[in-house]
Amino acid sequence: MMELVCPAGTPAALRAAVEAGAHSVYCGFADETNARNFPGLNFTPEDMAEAVTFAHARGARVLVAINTFPRAGAEPLWHRAVANAEAAGADAVILADIGLLAHAAELHPSLRRHLSVQAAAANPDAINLYAEAFGVRRVVLPRVLTVEEITAINREVDVETEVFVFGGLCVMAEGRCSLSSYATGKSPNMNGVCSPANHVVYAEEGRDLAAKLGGFTIHRTPKGASAPYPTLCKGCFTSGGQTGHIFEDPVSLDATQLIPRLAKAGVSALKIEGRQRSRAYVAQVVRAFRAAVEAEAAGRPLPESTLARLTEGQMATTGAYAKTWR
Amino acid sequence: MTALLPRLPRLLGLAALPLPLPPLSFFLGALTRRMATAHPGMLRRLGDYAGHRFLIDPVDLPWLLLLHPETGAMTAHRRARPPAHDARIAGPMSAFFAMMHGAEDGDALFFSRDLSVEGDTAAVLALRNAMDDAELDLSDELAALSGPLALPLRRALAGAERATGLILHRVDQGGFPA
Repeated sequence: MMELVCPAGTPAALRAAVEAGAHSVYCGFADETNARNFPGLNFTPEDMAEAVTFAHARGARVLVAINTFPRAGAEPLWHRAVANAEAAGADAVILADIGLLAHAAELHPSLRRHLSVQAAAANPDAINLYAEAFGVRRVVLPRVLTVEEITAINREVDVETEVFVFGGLCVMAEGRCSLSSYATGKSPNMNGVCSPANHVVYAEEGRDLAAKLGGFTIHRTPKGASAPYPTLCKGCFTSGGQTGHIFEDPVSLDATQLIPRLAKAGVSALKIEGRQRSRAYVAQVVRAFRAAVEAEAAGRPLPESTLARLTEGQMATTGAYAKTWR
Repeated sequence: MTALLPRLPRLLGLAALPLPLPPLSFFLGALTRRMATAHPGMLRRLGDYAGHRFLIDPVDLPWLLLLHPETGAMTAHRRARPPAHDARIAGPMSAFFAMMHGAEDGDALFFSRDLSVEGDTAAVLALRNAMDDAELDLSDELAALSGPLALPLRRALAGAERATGLILHRVDQGGFPA
């Protein structure tokens, strides 16, 4: 069966994920070392140790995301995070920065290392470099590849690959995108926040809901239409007299029906996005995907997805996996 | 809008209109302080946002509720005189209860426009995340405040759930079917 890797922003969400059938849960510390550094979220070192004990007692693994890029001079914060993950008994750390990978490989050699999607390793040469130089055992592939491209990559690499199958859809070269920085001064790469909430304002303007980021209106939605979160990559822009979503609509990824093709492509693990979401989201999505991977393993037809209600835009896409315009 | 969320009967809202606000505020404050004491992790997760004032606007009730986590105060206010606040969250009571009890996802309720948010978005997220991690159960909390009346109160709450469709207890306990 393919491994189901599930999100947890809080200990309660981790318990919900494990009880709903997660094989692995990924989470991070409550600071800028992880790419979901949102208010009220994440784990203290003590929370992490308790979470690992809870998960292991139920046969699930815990992967700790330390996937931002350390600031020069502030490396000890990231180094402590790796040491704390190992002390908590984590099954792996998910890293993006080459310096931090080297540090972990040298000082924590028995701690399994995964390469975060934030490293944007999207071809066999890059992946093999990370595997050979830093002993990376698994790579989370960027959300810009087709299934055919993933198949081709898996033929040329020896490490496991993990792909996103559900949730918020990043359409940029992850770890390299500076759109959020332009509007707010903060980015997922350096601060762990894309479109940080303290720069987000929603305002009723006439009959429209205006969603603003850093003072810029990113969306204007009429009454009754679904409300988006104002991220620039899914923003509505006017250019050359035309108005529309330039990069991507405000929709979410749902690749449920692609699971058999991803299995054939040699993918080891399926990842659900959403560490910033509630335990209700985690439980519902994990339960649905656990049923899907079990169906795939048993050769049964996959269940129809019923998760659109949980997604941004209340609509789902298969993202780049099945895109033809490129 | 999500068709699944029930609205409180209009008659109930009208019946609640003449209720005196000071005793209601006293009771809500006691309940809030009881929750804060029983779930100390909530205030820790809120961090600096614990000092913010959150205006809860249950659109199917006649009052507004002002929550100040740091002092454990929750006070009721007439709609005509909304108090000063840092963030406002509006929606039907059923949405607040469903979110509190792990039955509905706050972001999904926002995307579907069942909930709306104004003011300090980060503070609202912190509150949502802190409450979600606390795994609150309103029926348990009310029973704990009720002493010897706990059992009849639980029965009354279960009856109210059946009659209104509101979710008044935690529903997300239970694992993946083997």
